[in-house]
Amino acid sequence: MNENIADHSSLGVDAPAEISRRRFFEKLSIALAGFCAVVVGMPLVGFIIAPFFRKPPEEWVTLGKVNDFQIGKTVNVTVIDPSSLPWAGVTAKSAVWLRRESENSFIAFSANCTHLGCPVRWMEGADLFMCPCHGGVYYNDGQVAAGPPPRPLFRYDVRVENGEVKIKSVVVPIVTTL
Amino acid sequence: MKRLFKTVWLWLDDRIGISVLLKPMKHIAPQDAKWWYVFGTATLIAFIVQVASGVALAFSFIPSSSQAYETLVFITNSAPFGRFLRGLHYYGASAMVLMIGAHMAQTFLFGSYKFPREMTWTTGVLLLGFTLAMGFTGQLLRWDQTAAWSVVVAAEQAGRIPLIGDWLARFILGGNTIGGATLSRFFAIHVFVLPGIMFGFIGLHLWLVLRHGISEPPTAGKPVNPVTYRKEYEELLEKSGRPFWPDLAWRDVIFGTALILTIVLLAFIIGPPALEKPPDPSVLDADPRPDWYLLWYFALLALIPVRIEGYVMILAPVLIGLTILMIPVLNHKGERAASRRPWAIAVVCLSVIMIGSLWIEGQQSPWSPNFQALPLSEKVVGATSGPVFQGAQLFHDKACLDCHLIQGHGGRRGPDLTYIADKLTHDNMVIRVVNGGNNMPAFGSSLKPQEVDALVAFLESRKRPIRPQDQS
Repeated sequence: MNENIADHSSLGVDAPAEISRRRFFEKLSIALAGFCAVVVGMPLVGFIIAPFFRKPPEEWVTLGKVNDFQIGKTVNVTVIDPSSLPWAGVTAKSAVWLRRESENSFIAFSANCTHLGCPVRWMEGADLFMCPCHGGVYYNDGQVAAGPPPRPLFRYDVRVENGEVKIKSVVVPIVTTL
Repeated sequence: MKRLFKTVWLWLDDRIGISVLLKPMKHIAPQDAKWWYVFGTATLIAFIVQVASGVALAFSFIPSSSQAYETLVFITNSAPFGRFLRGLHYYGASAMVLMIGAHMAQTFLFGSYKFPREMTWTTGVLLLGFTLAMGFTGQLLRWDQTAAWSVVVAAEQAGRIPLIGDWLARFILGGNTIGGATLSRFFAIHVFVLPGIMFGFIGLHLWLVLRHGISEPPTAGKPVNPVTYRKEYEELLEKSGRPFWPDLAWRDVIFGTALILTIVLLAFIIGPPALEKPPDPSVLDADPRPDWYLLWYFALLALIPVRIEGYVMILAPVLIGLTILMIPVLNHKGERAASRRPWAIAVVCLSVIMIGSLWIEGQQSPWSPNFQALPLSEKVVGATSGPVFQGAQLFHDKACLDCHLIQGHGGRRGPDLTYIADKLTHDNMVIRVVNGGNNMPAFGSSLKPQEVDALVAFLESRKRPIRPQDQS
């Protein structure tokens, strides 16, 4: 190519025009490569980061009949995620600690410790929730009793409807504070 | 026959250029680059073991949230060599983490990161980060109970990052909670994304080793001067350099062989880490722990003060990473010998001591309640009826024993109460039980007065025995 340029120059051909044409194709090639990357890359990135923008489904999930739960008791209730994917298997399940306070009053605690999300256990005798990971402890109302948790246990919205206890959206509560 | 082989070889070599490809193996290196220099090659060997064993495992592993656990049970218990392969992959990962750590410590102590090898160090530090990320994502692919809860822990940590934390957490979970999308994301990251990036960086790292040469062992009193270093290095190679293959590489081969044999033996004899319960998030009887190479970080999260925890969790890894990356920018010339850089020795020693101490703490996890604590025996209690006996029962039933030791039984989350009566009065015990404090819950609302009395009676019986010489 360089030889060609040299030849053209020596023949008095307008070299700048030739170079300009080459520059044009150079820039066109870069632009086309960028265009292709965007055309292919945009949907690809969109597909991967889609969960960023997925809104939590606001569905009420039934935990059981009101009379299935004793007043003053805290029990572990298994919940199936209604929006789970068909291949979720056992991971579609999650757990909620449900406490019946009175005739029609329930508290549904997330089973995730607010420290780092580990599963808290209800210690019936001690009337406490305890976390196995870093020793977080909560009272029966979810308030922090000891250890590193920065806030009380997360509570799901609960309602009693047609004799059934329901909670809204079982999600992993994310503590977004430093 | 020999002639035929030679003809075929020459034809292939001419068309493919095998000799040209292998030529870098014969690059000239300082002849004093001996046993201290084997850790880099050992890291590469461990990586190759990981790629090979990972590819083999992928033949049977199904990255589906519903089936992965069953395929791992099959690989471990039924597939020929499956248990061995899982072990190979696990110990290969451990070897890679150890070797990259040793390689990094050696290059730091030898000052090899200085001019002109700054970017060799930088790419190596990034490879350390990718290796740890591979270790974490690999543990998740084990897809048992610990793996599933570890994803939640990772999401919660990411969630602490201001502004983008919630998005990141959902990205990690593959939605709002663990489910069908979770595992396949980590599979893609562990099997395609991270190895792809690592192949690129390993290539770049090796290219930089060839471009700038293997650093010569440092000599005290011979500082690096960027103006003259390259000339001096070329003179050194001309004077006493040796081709890496085969003059110097034999040490790498011997060490690499020993490393592979160790990995193979561990895989055969000890086997892979046991699979725990299935990844069912509704089963809360779980005790998630990271694999050994991240256990020190697990301990750190339990020990740092709560008030600064979020900052440490987010900022500390960033600051540590940036500091390590910036080392050659801040200190690219001068003395290389460790004997003239005592602070370098101190940094390595302190890092090892800190990580080692945290690792031991993480192994013991004294901050975690002991949920397996059994009721105290008659011999320990010293009574079979009455308030002391009832108090001992309450001490177990109210989970006090989960957090406190009595004569070596129980948990270590709180103080050892074996001789608590020698330290606290009756009133102090009542106050402590009822009101809690010092990282202990208050039991005032969950204990009846007579239960408090019984519990305190038991605690008052926890005295150091009086020895005959004390009585006289």
